[in-house]
Amino acid sequence: MADEVILLDFWLSMYGMRVKIALAEKGIEYDYKQEDLSNKSPLLLEANPIHKKIPVLIHNGKPVCESLIIVQYIDEVWNDKSPLLPSDPYQRAHARFWADFVDKKVSVVSRKLWTTKGEELEAGKNEFFETFKILEGELGDKPYFGGETFGFVDLSLVTFYSWFHAYEVFGNINIEAECPKIIAWAKRCLQKETVAKSLADQKKVYEALGQLRKIRGYE
Amino acid sequence: MGEEVVLFGTRGSPYTCRIEIALKLKGVQYKYIDEDLANKSPSLLKYNPVHKKVPVLVHNGKPVLESLVILEYIDETWQGYPILPEDPYERATARFWAKFIDEKCFPAIFKSCWGEEKEREKAVEEVSVVLKILEDELKEKKFFGGENVGLVDIVAVVIGFSLGVYEEAARVELLNKEKLPRLCNWIDDFLSNSFIKESLPPRDKLIAYLRNRFRSGNASK
Repeated sequence: MADEVILLDFWLSMYGMRVKIALAEKGIEYDYKQEDLSNKSPLLLEANPIHKKIPVLIHNGKPVCESLIIVQYIDEVWNDKSPLLPSDPYQRAHARFWADFVDKKVSVVSRKLWTTKGEELEAGKNEFFETFKILEGELGDKPYFGGETFGFVDLSLVTFYSWFHAYEVFGNINIEAECPKIIAWAKRCLQKETVAKSLADQKKVYEALGQLRKIRGYE
Repeated sequence: MGEEVVLFGTRGSPYTCRIEIALKLKGVQYKYIDEDLANKSPSLLKYNPVHKKVPVLVHNGKPVLESLVILEYIDETWQGYPILPEDPYERATARFWAKFIDEKCFPAIFKSCWGEEKEREKAVEEVSVVLKILEDELKEKKFFGGENVGLVDIVAVVIGFSLGVYEEAARVELLNKEKLPRLCNWIDDFLSNSFIKESLPPRDKLIAYLRNRFRSGNASK
Protein backbone atom coordinates (compact mmCIF):
# COMPACT_ATOMS: atom_id res chain seq x y z
CA MET A 1 0.00 0.00 0.00
CA ALA A 2 1.38 3.39 -0.94
CA ASP A 3 2.12 5.95 1.75
CA GLU A 4 -0.37 8.75 2.15
CA VAL A 5 1.36 11.98 3.12
CA ILE A 6 -0.46 15.28 3.64
CA LEU A 7 1.11 18.58 4.67
CA LEU A 8 -1.13 21.21 6.25
CA ASP A 9 0.67 24.52 5.84
CA PHE A 10 0.47 28.24 5.14
CA TRP A 11 2.76 29.56 2.41
CA LEU A 12 4.24 32.36 4.53
CA SER A 13 5.36 30.12 7.39
CA MET A 14 9.09 29.53 7.63
CA TYR A 15 8.24 26.52 9.79
CA GLY A 16 6.16 24.97 7.03
CA MET A 17 9.00 25.63 4.59
CA ARG A 18 11.30 23.50 6.75
CA VAL A 19 9.00 20.53 6.26
CA LYS A 20 8.76 21.17 2.53
CA ILE A 21 12.56 21.07 2.26
CA ALA A 22 12.73 17.82 4.22
CA LEU A 23 10.05 16.19 2.06
CA ALA A 24 11.84 17.36 -1.10
CA GLU A 25 15.22 16.10 0.15
CA LYS A 26 13.71 12.65 0.64
CA GLY A 27 11.80 12.72 -2.65
CA ILE A 28 8.47 12.12 -0.92
CA GLU A 29 5.23 12.71 -2.80
CA TYR A 30 2.58 14.46 -0.78
CA ASP A 31 -0.66 16.36 -0.84
CA TYR A 32 -0.19 20.03 -0.02
CA LYS A 33 -3.14 21.68 1.73
CA GLN A 34 -2.99 25.43 2.23
CA GLU A 35 -4.80 26.55 5.38
CA ASP A 36 -6.72 29.77 5.83
CA LEU A 37 -5.45 30.72 9.27
CA SER A 38 -8.45 32.94 9.93
CA ASN A 39 -10.73 29.98 9.23
CA LYS A 40 -8.91 26.80 10.18
CA SER A 41 -10.12 23.58 8.59
CA PRO A 42 -11.72 20.79 10.64
CA LEU A 43 -8.82 18.61 9.50
CA LEU A 44 -6.27 20.96 11.08
CA LEU A 45 -8.24 21.32 14.29
CA GLU A 46 -8.53 17.54 14.55
CA ALA A 47 -4.88 16.92 13.65
CA ASN A 48 -3.49 19.55 16.04
CA PRO A 49 -6.12 20.13 18.72
CA ILE A 50 -3.60 21.38 21.30
CA HIS A 51 -1.93 24.17 19.36
CA LYS A 52 -4.18 24.44 16.28
CA LYS A 53 -1.11 25.47 14.28
CA ILE A 54 0.59 24.60 11.03
CA PRO A 55 2.66 22.84 9.86
CA VAL A 56 1.16 19.42 10.49
CA LEU A 57 2.26 16.32 8.63
CA ILE A 58 -0.36 13.60 8.36
CA HIS A 59 1.24 10.26 7.48
CA ASN A 60 -1.19 7.43 6.77
CA GLY A 61 -3.79 9.24 8.87
CA LYS A 62 -1.52 9.94 11.85
CA PRO A 63 -0.64 13.58 12.58
CA VAL A 64 2.82 14.84 13.54
CA CYS A 65 3.11 18.42 14.82
CA GLU A 66 5.91 20.95 15.43
CA SER A 67 8.23 21.57 12.48
CA LEU A 68 11.51 20.21 13.89
CA ILE A 69 9.75 17.18 15.33
CA ILE A 70 8.20 16.58 11.90
CA VAL A 71 11.61 16.89 10.20
CA GLN A 72 13.14 14.36 12.58
CA TYR A 73 10.19 12.04 11.99
CA ILE A 74 10.68 12.31 8.23
CA ASP A 75 14.39 11.59 8.67
CA GLU A 76 13.71 8.49 10.78
CA VAL A 77 10.94 7.03 8.59
CA TRP A 78 12.51 7.69 5.20
CA ASN A 79 15.98 6.75 6.32
CA ASP A 80 17.18 5.25 3.05
CA LYS A 81 18.39 8.49 1.49
CA SER A 82 19.59 12.05 2.15
CA PRO A 83 20.12 11.91 5.92
CA LEU A 84 19.18 15.22 7.52
CA LEU A 85 20.83 14.52 10.88
CA PRO A 86 24.34 13.12 11.34
CA SER A 87 24.70 9.51 12.53
CA ASP A 88 27.14 10.23 15.37
CA PRO A 89 25.30 10.96 18.68
CA TYR A 90 27.57 13.87 19.62
CA GLN A 91 27.15 15.53 16.23
CA ARG A 92 23.42 14.93 16.43
CA ALA A 93 23.31 16.64 19.81
CA HIS A 94 25.30 19.53 18.34
CA ALA A 95 22.84 19.84 15.46
CA ARG A 96 19.83 19.67 17.77
CA PHE A 97 21.32 22.36 20.01
CA TRP A 98 21.75 24.81 17.14
CA ALA A 99 18.33 24.08 15.66
CA ASP A 100 16.92 24.74 19.14
CA PHE A 101 18.90 28.01 19.22
CA VAL A 102 17.29 29.04 15.94
CA ASP A 103 13.84 28.25 17.35
CA LYS A 104 14.38 30.04 20.65
CA LYS A 105 16.29 33.09 19.44
CA VAL A 106 15.93 33.77 15.72
CA SER A 107 12.14 33.73 15.64
CA VAL A 108 11.89 36.06 18.65
CA VAL A 109 14.45 38.64 17.52
CA SER A 110 13.27 38.61 13.89
CA ARG A 111 9.70 39.33 14.83
CA LYS A 112 10.65 42.69 16.30
CA LEU A 113 11.98 43.90 12.95
CA TRP A 114 8.55 44.04 11.37
CA THR A 115 6.21 44.46 14.35
CA THR A 116 7.86 47.27 16.34
CA LYS A 117 9.06 50.82 15.90
CA GLY A 118 11.11 53.50 17.61
CA GLU A 119 13.23 52.43 20.57
CA GLU A 120 11.84 48.91 20.61
CA LEU A 121 12.85 48.47 16.97
CA GLU A 122 16.36 49.79 17.64
CA ALA A 123 16.78 47.32 20.48
CA GLY A 124 15.36 44.60 18.23
CA LYS A 125 17.94 45.35 15.52
CA ASN A 126 20.79 44.97 18.00
CA GLU A 127 19.44 41.67 19.25
CA PHE A 128 18.95 40.47 15.66
CA PHE A 129 22.56 41.14 14.72
CA GLU A 130 23.88 39.77 18.01
CA THR A 131 22.02 36.54 17.32
CA PHE A 132 23.19 36.27 13.72
CA LYS A 133 26.78 37.04 14.66
CA ILE A 134 26.65 34.08 17.04
CA LEU A 135 25.37 31.97 14.14
CA GLU A 136 28.14 33.28 11.89
CA GLY A 137 30.62 32.22 14.55
CA GLU A 138 29.16 28.73 14.58
CA LEU A 139 29.20 28.52 10.78
CA GLY A 140 32.85 29.56 10.66
CA ASP A 141 34.46 28.62 7.37
CA LYS A 142 32.26 25.61 6.74
CA PRO A 143 30.10 25.67 3.61
CA TYR A 144 27.09 24.57 5.68
CA PHE A 145 26.29 24.40 9.39
CA GLY A 146 26.22 20.64 8.82
CA GLY A 147 29.80 20.71 7.49
CA GLU A 148 30.31 19.65 3.89
CA THR A 149 26.66 18.90 3.32
CA PHE A 150 23.34 20.63 3.95
CA GLY A 151 21.77 19.37 7.19
CA PHE A 152 19.36 19.86 10.06
CA VAL A 153 20.63 23.23 11.24
CA ASP A 154 20.83 24.62 7.70
CA LEU A 155 17.25 23.51 7.11
CA SER A 156 16.02 25.04 10.36
CA LEU A 157 17.57 28.45 9.60
CA VAL A 158 17.51 28.95 5.82
CA THR A 159 13.75 29.34 5.68
CA PHE A 160 14.06 32.65 7.56
CA TYR A 161 15.99 33.93 4.52
CA SER A 162 12.71 34.24 2.64
CA TRP A 163 11.74 36.95 5.14
CA PHE A 164 15.07 38.84 4.99
CA HIS A 165 13.98 41.33 2.33
CA ALA A 166 10.97 42.24 4.48
CA TYR A 167 13.17 42.53 7.59
CA GLU A 168 15.56 44.84 5.73
CA VAL A 169 12.88 47.16 4.45
CA PHE A 170 10.71 47.35 7.57
CA GLY A 171 13.64 47.28 9.96
CA ASN A 172 15.79 49.57 7.82
CA ILE A 173 18.82 47.29 8.06
CA ASN A 174 21.38 45.80 5.72
CA ILE A 175 21.92 42.19 6.68
CA GLU A 176 24.67 41.50 4.14
CA ALA A 177 26.75 44.40 5.43
CA GLU A 178 26.64 43.09 9.00
CA CYS A 179 26.57 39.34 8.38
CA PRO A 180 28.11 38.62 4.96
CA LYS A 181 28.84 34.98 5.78
CA ILE A 182 25.18 34.31 6.55
CA ILE A 183 24.07 35.78 3.21
CA ALA A 184 26.76 33.80 1.35
CA TRP A 185 25.64 30.66 3.16
CA ALA A 186 21.96 31.29 2.36
CA LYS A 187 22.72 31.80 -1.34
CA ARG A 188 24.73 28.58 -1.32
CA CYS A 189 21.73 26.74 0.16
CA LEU A 190 19.47 28.27 -2.48
CA GLN A 191 21.54 26.61 -5.18
CA LYS A 192 19.97 23.37 -4.03
CA GLU A 193 16.73 22.77 -5.87
CA THR A 194 15.03 21.35 -2.80
CA VAL A 195 15.61 24.62 -0.95
CA ALA A 196 14.92 26.97 -3.86
CA LYS A 197 11.52 25.43 -4.57
CA SER A 198 10.50 25.30 -0.91
CA LEU A 199 11.16 28.90 0.08
CA ALA A 200 8.51 31.53 -0.44
CA ASP A 201 9.29 34.39 -2.81
CA GLN A 202 10.91 37.26 -0.86
CA LYS A 203 8.89 39.92 -2.62
CA LYS A 204 5.59 38.17 -1.94
CA VAL A 205 6.57 37.79 1.74
CA TYR A 206 7.35 41.51 1.88
CA GLU A 207 3.97 42.40 0.38
CA ALA A 208 2.06 40.07 2.67
CA LEU A 209 3.82 41.35 5.79
CA GLY A 210 3.22 44.90 4.61
CA GLN A 211 -0.49 44.23 4.59
CA LEU A 212 -0.38 42.55 7.99
CA ARG A 213 1.48 45.56 9.40
CA LYS A 214 -1.32 47.84 8.25
CA ILE A 215 -4.08 45.61 9.58
CA ARG A 216 -2.42 45.12 12.94
CA GLY A 217 -1.23 48.70 13.29
CA TYR A 218 2.48 47.97 13.51
CA GLU A 219 3.65 50.78 11.28
CA MET B 1 40.69 4.74 28.73
CA GLY B 2 37.81 5.09 31.18
CA GLU B 3 34.78 7.12 30.40
CA GLU B 4 34.41 10.49 32.02
CA VAL B 5 30.95 11.89 32.54
CA VAL B 6 30.45 15.19 34.36
CA LEU B 7 27.13 16.94 34.99
CA PHE B 8 27.05 20.64 35.81
CA GLY B 9 23.76 21.53 37.45
CA THR B 10 21.97 23.20 40.30
CA ARG B 11 20.20 21.26 43.03
CA GLY B 12 16.56 22.13 42.95
CA SER B 13 16.43 22.76 39.21
CA PRO B 14 14.03 20.37 37.48
CA TYR B 15 16.19 20.65 34.36
CA THR B 16 19.21 19.28 36.21
CA CYS B 17 17.08 16.68 37.96
CA ARG B 18 15.82 15.20 34.70
CA ILE B 19 19.40 14.55 33.57
CA GLU B 20 20.27 12.80 36.83
CA ILE B 21 17.18 10.59 36.46
CA ALA B 22 18.22 9.62 32.93
CA LEU B 23 21.84 8.88 33.89
CA LYS B 24 20.70 6.74 36.82
CA LEU B 25 18.18 4.84 34.68
CA LYS B 26 21.03 4.00 32.29
CA GLY B 27 23.36 3.08 35.14
CA VAL B 28 25.96 5.66 34.06
CA GLN B 29 28.59 6.67 36.64
CA TYR B 30 29.01 10.42 36.68
CA LYS B 31 30.49 13.27 38.65
CA TYR B 32 28.08 16.00 39.72
CA ILE B 33 29.24 19.62 40.00
CA ASP B 34 26.85 22.03 41.66
CA GLU B 35 26.89 25.53 40.16
CA ASP B 36 26.15 28.75 41.99
CA LEU B 37 24.20 30.60 39.31
CA ALA B 38 25.07 33.96 40.85
CA ASN B 39 28.72 33.09 40.47
CA LYS B 40 29.16 30.78 37.49
CA SER B 41 32.32 28.75 37.28
CA PRO B 42 34.87 29.33 34.48
CA SER B 43 34.24 25.72 33.40
CA LEU B 44 30.53 26.31 32.90
CA LEU B 45 31.17 29.47 30.91
CA LYS B 46 33.70 27.61 28.79
CA TYR B 47 31.33 24.73 28.06
CA ASN B 48 28.22 26.82 27.49
CA PRO B 49 29.33 30.23 26.20
CA VAL B 50 26.11 30.81 24.25
CA HIS B 51 23.51 30.37 27.00
CA LYS B 52 25.73 30.15 30.14
CA LYS B 53 23.13 27.84 31.67
CA VAL B 54 22.86 24.51 33.42
CA PRO B 55 22.52 21.61 32.95
CA VAL B 56 25.60 20.81 30.90
CA LEU B 57 26.71 17.23 30.36
CA VAL B 58 30.40 16.84 29.56
CA HIS B 59 31.24 13.43 28.11
CA ASN B 60 34.95 12.73 27.68
CA GLY B 61 35.58 16.46 27.56
CA LYS B 62 32.84 17.28 25.04
CA PRO B 63 29.87 19.36 26.22
CA VAL B 64 26.23 18.62 25.44
CA LEU B 65 23.75 21.42 26.13
CA GLU B 66 19.99 21.92 26.62
CA SER B 67 18.18 19.34 28.73
CA LEU B 68 16.03 17.82 25.97
CA VAL B 69 19.08 17.51 23.70
CA ILE B 70 21.07 15.94 26.56
CA LEU B 71 18.31 13.40 27.23
CA GLU B 72 18.34 12.25 23.59
CA TYR B 73 22.15 12.13 23.64
CA ILE B 74 22.12 9.95 26.75
CA ASP B 75 19.59 7.61 25.14
CA GLU B 76 21.64 7.29 21.95
CA THR B 77 25.00 6.90 23.66
CA TRP B 78 24.27 4.37 26.40
CA GLN B 79 22.36 1.16 25.76
CA GLY B 80 20.17 -0.54 28.33
CA TYR B 81 17.09 1.27 29.59
CA PRO B 82 15.21 2.86 26.65
CA ILE B 83 14.27 6.49 27.29
CA LEU B 84 12.66 7.07 23.90
CA PRO B 85 10.50 4.48 22.13
CA GLU B 86 11.80 2.79 18.99
CA ASP B 87 8.89 3.51 16.70
CA PRO B 88 9.32 6.84 14.83
CA TYR B 89 5.68 7.88 15.36
CA GLU B 90 5.86 7.18 19.10
CA ARG B 91 9.16 9.07 19.24
CA ALA B 92 7.58 12.08 17.56
CA THR B 93 4.69 11.89 20.04
CA ALA B 94 7.08 11.72 23.01
CA ARG B 95 9.04 14.71 21.68
CA PHE B 96 5.82 16.65 21.20
CA TRP B 97 4.72 16.15 24.83
CA ALA B 98 8.20 16.88 26.19
CA LYS B 99 8.13 20.19 24.32
CA PHE B 100 4.58 20.90 25.51
CA ILE B 101 5.61 20.41 29.13
CA ASP B 102 8.66 22.64 28.74
CA GLU B 103 6.98 25.43 26.82
CA LYS B 104 3.47 25.47 28.24
CA CYS B 105 3.39 23.73 31.63
CA PHE B 106 6.48 24.73 33.52
CA PRO B 107 6.38 28.47 32.73
CA ALA B 108 2.72 28.61 33.82
CA ILE B 109 3.45 26.66 37.02
CA PHE B 110 6.33 28.96 37.83
CA LYS B 111 4.41 32.14 37.11
CA SER B 112 1.39 31.06 39.13
CA CYS B 113 3.58 30.69 42.22
CA TRP B 114 6.36 33.20 41.78
CA GLY B 115 5.26 35.63 39.09
CA GLU B 116 4.19 39.24 39.43
CA GLU B 117 0.92 39.42 41.34
CA LYS B 118 -1.13 40.63 38.41
CA GLU B 119 0.10 37.68 36.30
CA ARG B 120 -0.59 35.00 38.86
CA GLU B 121 -4.36 34.58 38.48
CA LYS B 122 -4.13 34.13 34.73
CA ALA B 123 -1.23 31.70 35.19
CA VAL B 124 -3.25 29.62 37.66
CA GLU B 125 -5.99 29.26 35.04
CA GLU B 126 -3.41 28.30 32.44
CA VAL B 127 -2.02 25.63 34.75
CA SER B 128 -5.49 24.16 35.16
CA VAL B 129 -5.87 23.94 31.36
CA VAL B 130 -2.48 22.35 30.68
CA LEU B 131 -2.76 19.86 33.53
CA LYS B 132 -6.13 18.74 32.17
CA ILE B 133 -4.55 18.25 28.75
CA LEU B 134 -1.89 16.01 30.34
CA GLU B 135 -4.54 14.17 32.34
CA ASP B 136 -6.31 13.37 29.06
CA GLU B 137 -3.09 12.33 27.35
CA LEU B 138 -2.24 9.89 30.15
CA LYS B 139 -5.41 7.90 29.33
CA GLU B 140 -5.18 4.43 30.90
CA LYS B 141 -1.39 4.30 30.92
CA LYS B 142 0.61 3.99 34.09
CA PHE B 143 3.27 6.34 32.78
CA PHE B 144 3.34 8.67 29.76
CA GLY B 145 5.92 6.20 28.41
CA GLY B 146 3.52 3.27 28.86
CA GLU B 147 4.40 0.56 31.37
CA ASN B 148 7.69 2.22 32.23
CA VAL B 149 9.10 5.69 32.79
CA GLY B 150 10.09 7.31 29.49
CA LEU B 151 11.18 10.67 28.08
CA VAL B 152 7.93 12.46 28.85
CA ASP B 153 7.81 11.17 32.44
CA ILE B 154 11.41 12.29 33.00
CA VAL B 155 10.69 15.74 31.58
CA ALA B 156 7.49 15.85 33.67
CA VAL B 157 9.51 15.96 36.89
CA VAL B 158 8.28 19.55 36.88
CA ILE B 159 4.84 18.11 37.56
CA GLY B 160 5.80 15.00 39.48
CA PHE B 161 7.94 16.85 41.96
CA SER B 162 8.37 20.59 41.37
CA LEU B 163 4.63 21.28 41.24
CA GLY B 164 3.99 19.92 44.74
CA VAL B 165 7.02 21.71 46.14
CA TYR B 166 6.02 25.03 44.58
CA GLU B 167 2.44 24.63 45.81
CA GLU B 168 3.65 24.17 49.36
CA ALA B 169 6.32 26.86 49.22
CA ALA B 170 4.05 29.47 47.65
CA ARG B 171 0.90 28.29 49.42
CA VAL B 172 -0.98 28.05 46.15
CA GLU B 173 -3.25 25.17 45.16
CA LEU B 174 -2.75 24.00 41.59
CA LEU B 175 -3.45 20.27 41.63
CA ASN B 176 -7.14 19.53 41.99
CA LYS B 177 -7.37 15.85 43.00
CA GLU B 178 -10.99 15.47 41.91
CA LYS B 179 -10.43 16.90 38.46
CA LEU B 180 -7.06 15.19 37.89
CA PRO B 181 -7.23 11.67 39.35
CA ARG B 182 -5.02 10.04 36.71
CA LEU B 183 -2.35 12.69 37.04
CA CYS B 184 -2.39 12.27 40.82
CA ASN B 185 -1.94 8.52 40.45
CA TRP B 186 0.87 9.16 38.00
CA ILE B 187 2.57 11.44 40.52
CA ASP B 188 2.41 8.68 43.15
CA ASP B 189 3.90 6.12 40.75
CA PHE B 190 6.50 8.64 39.59
CA LEU B 191 7.66 9.37 43.11
CA SER B 192 7.80 5.65 43.96
CA ASN B 193 10.39 4.93 41.28
CA SER B 194 13.72 4.31 43.02
CA PHE B 195 15.90 5.99 40.37
CA ILE B 196 13.69 9.05 40.47
CA LYS B 197 13.67 9.19 44.26
CA GLU B 198 17.47 9.12 44.28
CA SER B 199 17.61 12.07 41.88
CA LEU B 200 15.29 14.43 43.73
CA PRO B 201 16.67 17.20 45.91
CA PRO B 202 15.64 17.31 49.60
CA ARG B 203 12.12 18.73 49.65
CA ASP B 204 12.27 20.86 52.81
CA LYS B 205 15.52 22.49 51.84
CA LEU B 206 14.09 23.37 48.44
CA ILE B 207 10.93 24.86 49.97
CA ALA B 208 12.99 27.02 52.30
CA TYR B 209 15.22 28.13 49.43
CA LEU B 210 12.25 29.03 47.21
CA ARG B 211 10.49 31.01 49.92
CA ASN B 212 13.68 32.86 50.67
CA ARG B 213 14.51 33.58 47.05
CA PHE B 214 11.10 34.62 45.76
CA ARG B 215 9.04 35.79 48.65
CA SER B 216 11.26 37.62 51.09
CA GLY B 217 10.09 41.24 51.08
CA ASN B 218 8.90 41.35 47.48
CA ALA B 219 12.33 40.31 46.19
CA SER B 220 12.71 40.85 42.47
CA LYS B 221 13.46 37.75 40.36
